[in-house]
Amino acid sequence: MTLDELEQIANEVQAAKEKSPRALNVCVAAGCLSLHSDAIKSALEKEVQRTGVNCRVAGTGCMGLCSLGPLVNREPDGQLLKNVAEADAAEIVEKLESVPPERLLCSREQPFFQRQTAVVLENSGRINPEKIEEYIAAEGYQALVRALTEMAPAQIVQEVSKSGLRGRGGAGYPTGLKWGTVAKTIGTTKYVICNADEGDPGAFMDRSVLESDPHRVLEGMIVAGYAVGASQGYIYVRAEYPLAIKRLQAAIRDARRLGFLGSQICNAKFSFDIEIRIGGGAFVCGEETALIASIEGRRGTPRPRPPFPAQSGLWQMPTLINNVESFANIPTILRRGGEWYASLGTKKSKGTKVFALCGKVRNVGLIEVPMGTPLRQIIFEIGGGIPDGHRFKAVQTGGPSGGCIPEQSLDLPVDYESLKEVGSIMGSGGMIVMDDSACMVNVARYFMEFCMSESCGKCIPCRAGTAQMFELLTRMTSGTATPQDLELLEDLCDMVSSTSLCGLGQSAPNPVLSTLRYFREEYTEHIVDKHCRAGVCECNHLAEVSA
Amino acid sequence: MRRHGFAREALIETLHTVQEYFGYLDKPSLRFVAASLRVPLSQAYGVATFYHYFTLKPPGKHTCLVCLGTACYIKGAGQLLATAEASLNVKAGETTLDGNVSLVTARCIGSCSMAPAFIFDGETAGNVNENALRSKLAGWKN
Repeated sequence: MTLDELEQIANEVQAAKEKSPRALNVCVAAGCLSLHSDAIKSALEKEVQRTGVNCRVAGTGCMGLCSLGPLVNREPDGQLLKNVAEADAAEIVEKLESVPPERLLCSREQPFFQRQTAVVLENSGRINPEKIEEYIAAEGYQALVRALTEMAPAQIVQEVSKSGLRGRGGAGYPTGLKWGTVAKTIGTTKYVICNADEGDPGAFMDRSVLESDPHRVLEGMIVAGYAVGASQGYIYVRAEYPLAIKRLQAAIRDARRLGFLGSQICNAKFSFDIEIRIGGGAFVCGEETALIASIEGRRGTPRPRPPFPAQSGLWQMPTLINNVESFANIPTILRRGGEWYASLGTKKSKGTKVFALCGKVRNVGLIEVPMGTPLRQIIFEIGGGIPDGHRFKAVQTGGPSGGCIPEQSLDLPVDYESLKEVGSIMGSGGMIVMDDSACMVNVARYFMEFCMSESCGKCIPCRAGTAQMFELLTRMTSGTATPQDLELLEDLCDMVSSTSLCGLGQSAPNPVLSTLRYFREEYTEHIVDKHCRAGVCECNHLAEVSA
Repeated sequence: MRRHGFAREALIETLHTVQEYFGYLDKPSLRFVAASLRVPLSQAYGVATFYHYFTLKPPGKHTCLVCLGTACYIKGAGQLLATAEASLNVKAGETTLDGNVSLVTARCIGSCSMAPAFIFDGETAGNVNENALRSKLAGWKN
């Protein structure tokens, strides 16, 4: 494959579009699909066939505003239709050339769309994820062909370093540095692994990227393979994401067909192939050494580092592990240059970040903003604020390893450092908004229950510590706790976070610590007054009985 | 197994396939897989019990999966689970005595935009409320 051949494919797609400029693109990513958008797609197809109008009907990836789904995007005018039902098909096709029905119209002028910057999601909702040609028409695989024909591996690593991209899985380790380490490690066999074991509850960024634009991830992985000298890649994806697995399988097949995977890719002395490994629903497998154990067919338990996977990973070989979103950034970084990417974001956190905005917020969905965007803007402008007249209470980031951020910290610019400062972490990008109907002690207990049952059991601080902390939190929510229990809880938090083997245990106390820091009065109310101000916990009931 | 060349590291892949066909992993199939891949039975059993996705008990005719992800939890999935438990008279992870319905929970199915989310027999349902849940479960009774 050469650049000219890529251009030819792109031109063919373009020509087909010009021949029939009208199109209805139905979102068939998991969110809209579970609202039966596939049935809407076939209803539209039938209607187009019946009336004989010249209009393409296609399925695309996520358009972002999941709470107003199913969404349909109309070409060529780009009008967005919301809450579409099967019964609307006739009217939509009939009014193809005029203004769509008022009740279906979803303005693209609203802050939800205006305040976003799309890099990873640039094709999401615009191309058909099951057609490699459409990805190529959107400048796809150009970065790969350029890299293989014009750049040396070291140059690619340099470009990625220049971009300032940091690991999007949550920890924020500089990607360029990681690539450099693996590239420099001596070894004939090296591996590239894409971590798509998105275990954080309330996070669905990776799922959406894989479902909406799978080739972008493959391209990033192949480039990485070339840059570090690997010839085999694995994508470790959750079994809970059947649609993402299906689209990935199709994408790998198509990439092989066009020669982007296999031997002598683009006539370069470089061979690379990718296999999918399906997870088994264990949260700890998101930890890189546990993930490697799982790919090797064993129980997913972590091991102490060093040696880091960059030196000794899969089958004791040097292994590069990156998150889905990190790989998805690579094609754009190479196409537009590391400097361009570094111009987005803040001093220490470059580029953009995809967030899954959900919970008690008006606009639920997938968003991408430059690093450094204030939380307030994300929640109140893009998210549209809190519905049903409730008051904002906290936003939870980073899943079970993160923390709750209160109202007074809302003007905080979102980047790795400032989130850490307020006791949370960037995490993979789940952002769950809570209003005054949520009890912070109960939320802390919820996450502790999660960590307790997801602890792999290898190290004692995590296995026993999370169980004890859960027990203490349960006493508080059920109204049987004493003031000593709070002291004990704080001691345990300190012990578990400083002595656990892997990230799961080390960060398990975070939800407790952050809620204690900002909502300590709620803990005291539960313990002393046996009162839950949100009215969620059982202790209220107890107080009534004794009164 | 043949597709993976009877490789030991394909244990998880193989178990996935077995569960897909039979619905669960029973003792004979675990023994068979372990013997074919030349891994100790203890390792096969260890893997099968470590990962939540594998089940050693036969599933019911219908499956009701409750998502307990954070977004669903904040929007009341806990109460809905209690409702399901009460109306089926089973605890989460169990199957009704007549083998009709299995009640299972998930950490997060990634459908947070439609919280609280359920999966009824493989079909995702969003924004589920008490009434919708009750009528769905009642519909399975016959």
